Amino acid sequence: MTAPVRSGPVTTSNAAVRFDDVAVRFVTRRKTTDAVAGVTLDVAPREFVAVLGPSGCGKSTLLKVAAGLVRPFRGSAHLLGRAVTAPQREIGFVFQRAALLEWRSTRGNILLQAEIRRMDRRAAEKRADELIELTGLRGFENAYPHELSGGMQQRVSLCRALLHRPPVLLMDEPFGALDALTREQMNVELHRIWQETGTSVLFVTHSIPEAFYLANRVVVMTARPGTIAEIFQVDLPTERNYAQTMSSSTLADLGGRARSLLGATAHTE
Amino acid sequence: MADAVDAWWRPAVFLLALLVLWWVVTAVGWVKPYLVPTPWSVVVEFQKDAGLLARHSGITLLETVVGFVVASVVGLVCAVAIVYSRGVERTLYPLLLAAQVVPKIAIAPLFVVWLGFGIAPKILVAVLIAFFPVVISGVAGLRAVDPELLDLAATMGAKPWDSFAKIRFPGAMPHIFAGLKVAVTLAVVGAVVGEFVGANSGLGYIVMSSNGNLNTPQLFAALICMSAIGIALFVLLEIAERFAVPWRTAREERDILITS
Repeated sequence: MTAPVRSGPVTTSNAAVRFDDVAVRFVTRRKTTDAVAGVTLDVAPREFVAVLGPSGCGKSTLLKVAAGLVRPFRGSAHLLGRAVTAPQREIGFVFQRAALLEWRSTRGNILLQAEIRRMDRRAAEKRADELIELTGLRGFENAYPHELSGGMQQRVSLCRALLHRPPVLLMDEPFGALDALTREQMNVELHRIWQETGTSVLFVTHSIPEAFYLANRVVVMTARPGTIAEIFQVDLPTERNYAQTMSSSTLADLGGRARSLLGATAHTE
Repeated sequence: MADAVDAWWRPAVFLLALLVLWWVVTAVGWVKPYLVPTPWSVVVEFQKDAGLLARHSGITLLETVVGFVVASVVGLVCAVAIVYSRGVERTLYPLLLAAQVVPKIAIAPLFVVWLGFGIAPKILVAVLIAFFPVVISGVAGLRAVDPELLDLAATMGAKPWDSFAKIRFPGAMPHIFAGLKVAVTLAVVGAVVGEFVGANSGLGYIVMSSNGNLNTPQLFAALICMSAIGIALFVLLEIAERFAVPWRTAREERDILITS
């Protein structure tokens, strides 16, 4: 593929996810909505990129483009170097709502991934046990979703997304429905899990601190139609202590700049 | 045990009150015995004609169950076809609605002409009357699937059968059971309506003949048998639902614990 490289970050050929001037338009009988207008972005292998933006700026749509669930109206997306034309299998997807099957236990929900992919049963079960351990779900293996708290449910959803060791993890406001304390805890856990698994993560969020705590780079988007307003490089150590990071001057500075940028975009809306 | 008592005492007391009212009305002589029999005469009738009532109940029960099973299978197949194919939906839905609004009792005589006086026309009426709620609830249940789950399945490389068997169909179970419970009570109505029109057996036939002979105790006994069949089948489905949809039951029980 020799698509022209537009303004924006330098395109690396081995990018885990690559958006090339992606525009998305939703057409219904009544109206045409431009959700995303020309986004060019690369996510490097093992990189954690957070996408920050006002509601309805097309952040989630961007994830669906990468997953092959939404077809761009213009431009193209590449996953692990291959053009995305159909739903992609080399990814793990986590939604805002845990989207668990009510009739399956924690284990059953995690193993859905293995069943549909027809993975080796025993290897998958072993991997599920590891993930249950990693996410602190020990003791809740046989619990059903209605018996779990919101944070627990989201952990199950995360395990399901990681079961097949995907090279790319797409997360759509995964902690948006959780209370503030659980959310902080989940941030710390996700940070640890990301370091242990080494997957590339594209993470959509509304929360400025969450974005800067987790990511290597934070992409701030404008209101609809979504375009990239600015990309912040987060100059913090890879291994981050939550309390220290939150009170660091780097985060205060970056967060402040992002906040004024988002405030500005919201103002012109 | 305390829960069971809590659930049953209200309807039990109410039923008892109705029985007492029935007894008072007949004992005081406000209505003629050939219009409303005394409770005791119905009990006597049950003793006298136990064999007859059991035999005819069996026939109505058979017609109801066969009609219900056929309606359920055909109804669910139609629901799946409607949900998966826009073409089938456009073709079938208007016809289903048309079939539903035609009064079944009006076409029952035609079935007798076509199929004779055996149990076949009764089963057909039961199927027609019970089929509609199964289709409607099946379509609603299969459509109620979380679209994010289907997206998720797509990223797992799910074949259409995987999505159906692992996500769509189990998720539709609560809706489907709601439809089946309505359908089973309607199937009793269908079978009896079929018997009204032309039959020499079944509870509908007993009602018609006892009505002709002004044998109201027998008529009341037949009515009680019909109710018993409907209630028994309904309860069986509730039990089946408890096994098929345990997560719903568990949640309801938890809600009860929270609210009480």
